[in-house]
Amino acid sequence: MDYSYTILIPLLPFITFLILGLGSFKIKPNLAGLIGSASLGTSLILSLYTAYNYFIKVGKVDGAYEAVYAFKTTWMNFTPTLHIDMGILIDPISVMMLIVVTLIAFLVNVYSIGYMKGDTGFTKFFAFLSLFSFSMLGLVLATNLFQIYIFWELVGVSSFLLIGFYYTKPSAIIAAKKAFIVTRFADLFFLIGILLMGYYTGTFDFAELTSADSSQLAEWTSVTFMGMSIITFSLILIFIGGAGKSAMFPLHIWLPDAMEGPTPVSALIHAATMVVAGVYLVARLFNVYYVADDGLALEVVAYVGAFSSLFAAIIALTQNDIKRVLAFSTMSQIGYMMLALGVSGYEGHDGLGYMASMWHLFTHAMFKGLLFLAAGSIIHAVHSNMLKDMGSLRKKLPITHITFLIATLAIAGIPFFSGFFSKDEILLAAHHHNKFLYFVGLFVAGLTAFYMFRLYFGIFWGKEKTYSDKVHENPKSMTIPLMILAFMSIAAGYIPFSKYITADRQGFEGHIDWNMAAIAIATAVLGIALAYVFYKKETNYPEKVTKAFGIFYKWAYDKFYMDELYFFITRQIIFKRISAPFAWFDKKIIDGTMDLIGNTTVKTSEKIKGTQSGRVQDYAMYFIGGIVVITMVVKYIM
Amino acid sequence: MINGISIYEILTLTTILFFIGVYGFFTRKNLITILMSIELILNASAINFVIINTYLYPENLQGAIFSVFIIAVAAAETALAVAIIINLYKMITSVEVKGTELMKY
Repeated sequence: MDYSYTILIPLLPFITFLILGLGSFKIKPNLAGLIGSASLGTSLILSLYTAYNYFIKVGKVDGAYEAVYAFKTTWMNFTPTLHIDMGILIDPISVMMLIVVTLIAFLVNVYSIGYMKGDTGFTKFFAFLSLFSFSMLGLVLATNLFQIYIFWELVGVSSFLLIGFYYTKPSAIIAAKKAFIVTRFADLFFLIGILLMGYYTGTFDFAELTSADSSQLAEWTSVTFMGMSIITFSLILIFIGGAGKSAMFPLHIWLPDAMEGPTPVSALIHAATMVVAGVYLVARLFNVYYVADDGLALEVVAYVGAFSSLFAAIIALTQNDIKRVLAFSTMSQIGYMMLALGVSGYEGHDGLGYMASMWHLFTHAMFKGLLFLAAGSIIHAVHSNMLKDMGSLRKKLPITHITFLIATLAIAGIPFFSGFFSKDEILLAAHHHNKFLYFVGLFVAGLTAFYMFRLYFGIFWGKEKTYSDKVHENPKSMTIPLMILAFMSIAAGYIPFSKYITADRQGFEGHIDWNMAAIAIATAVLGIALAYVFYKKETNYPEKVTKAFGIFYKWAYDKFYMDELYFFITRQIIFKRISAPFAWFDKKIIDGTMDLIGNTTVKTSEKIKGTQSGRVQDYAMYFIGGIVVITMVVKYIM
Repeated sequence: MINGISIYEILTLTTILFFIGVYGFFTRKNLITILMSIELILNASAINFVIINTYLYPENLQGAIFSVFIIAVAAAETALAVAIIINLYKMITSVEVKGTELMKY
């Protein structure tokens, strides 16, 4: 099967970026939206065609889906063993990600035509969106660690540009810088991990890394440091890079602030695609994670995921900005995915966690994308992010209401919505592997149901509020993407994922364990019931509970002071105790030496410049004097 | 070879001549007199060439020929210098050496 056309999938958005970027002052806004949507639409069709070819038409070869290089070329050739390749890798997870990225990017593009109408820099916005889509698709299709790193940085840049899109707003600029610096800081570890990995294994290539046989692995893991093999170290470092992009604790601090960007951007980058890059990265290297030191690095992934998921869910309970609630919810769900990867095995049904993680990634992209777009629709109508400015919107925004409800049910894990299936598989995998992580996951599922329905009731029910006549349902370009995503939020649960996407690529028969599911459903229903009692009508229960928790509520509301902690570490310790003395040394000693040399030269020349008098007779005098001196020296000393 | 006069006397003469030239070069304020001093230095050396040739190596002619060269160079140099001085005079209406100190530092 020839997959060479897949190069068009990332290339089309890139060309669009060039056209829109270079002609951003010439191209009319409507045309820009059309071009952006058309190119991503084409990419989407090509991705679906690829998926059809890969999964249905070609199917399994020797009982497993094979990894195919659509094309591969050596980009930088340093030595025979050290070379950086560029190429396109087609395998189950990359094909799945292609669909996720192109579908969400396409819908967000269409949605933005309505949402961004009248904004300055409309064309530029679509150029940035296309740049992001290109980078993300390149990341997904990467064949080796270095290629993924290059596109990894590119998505970082496009995320920076899009968060800071309203660059006249100081908070947006700060948020953009924060996102860039925090993720860049994490990427430093990623790079070190890549280099360590490349040095000890002699390859960057995913296929070579993941298909290593036992003797090769034994050789790789033979180098140990502090009781762990170097490979485990590099895997943990690579995971730190992934954690930075995926907003895992403690590198999550940029994600809530990134909500300063336009809402479609939050939907595309900070909910559906870029933030799951870390999950994708771990999944890409899953075999290595699984085998190196018997999955020690995977344990780290699982615990970081579980903790982040719990941490974010608790904060999400207290936030009042609807986009921030969604941001913390995203962090929590990504923690879920990491947890699932961490508890996964490899062969056949043991690889349930891996499958569940990828499935949850897929369904989460749909329903969280939908939640953000619906939130955008609400914000567009009400012109506020805050929960207190909303209430009883169900009649004003009927389509948004229904789609938001579907997404909320999906994320809460109510049966027959997509989130239920994927979440159930995650909990099942956790239950097989580690009971503690299972209970954390279950608790988070309950919290998720509660805070999502708090949001839902708070926005669409709750207190009666009178709005000006201007609040009405948004144009079709905004509501149609919502409906498509709502459909996907249900339908994604019925895709037989376990047949297509598994760790060993062979697939297995998935089934729902109804006993386990019943517990999860009960938890979710409990969460929803609580939210119903608290927020369906305006009551004073929330206040009472808040009071009961007291200081703990305050902590959660202030996000456990993570930002302050970072400020303390950077400002008080790094800047004051480390950087400042270094700066002093640099300014006073190093610069001082240089200044001294320069100043001495200047002062000396000021003093002796009188000798250059311009009188030829003086010069003749020096000449004669010189000759006399030299003669004396030659005659009497030498 | 001049009867009754040894090489020492003539060399003394040229030395005196040379230092008169050097003295004049250092002390005169007028460019023309400085030029004349240079001529004195050149002449002193030209005489030296001739004398040493005549007294020490009478069978050769190099010294005499060299003095002709020196005279030719001196003439050319004088012509050039006078031309420069005339142009300088047009600029600063003076031939004093003070006026040429514009190019210091």
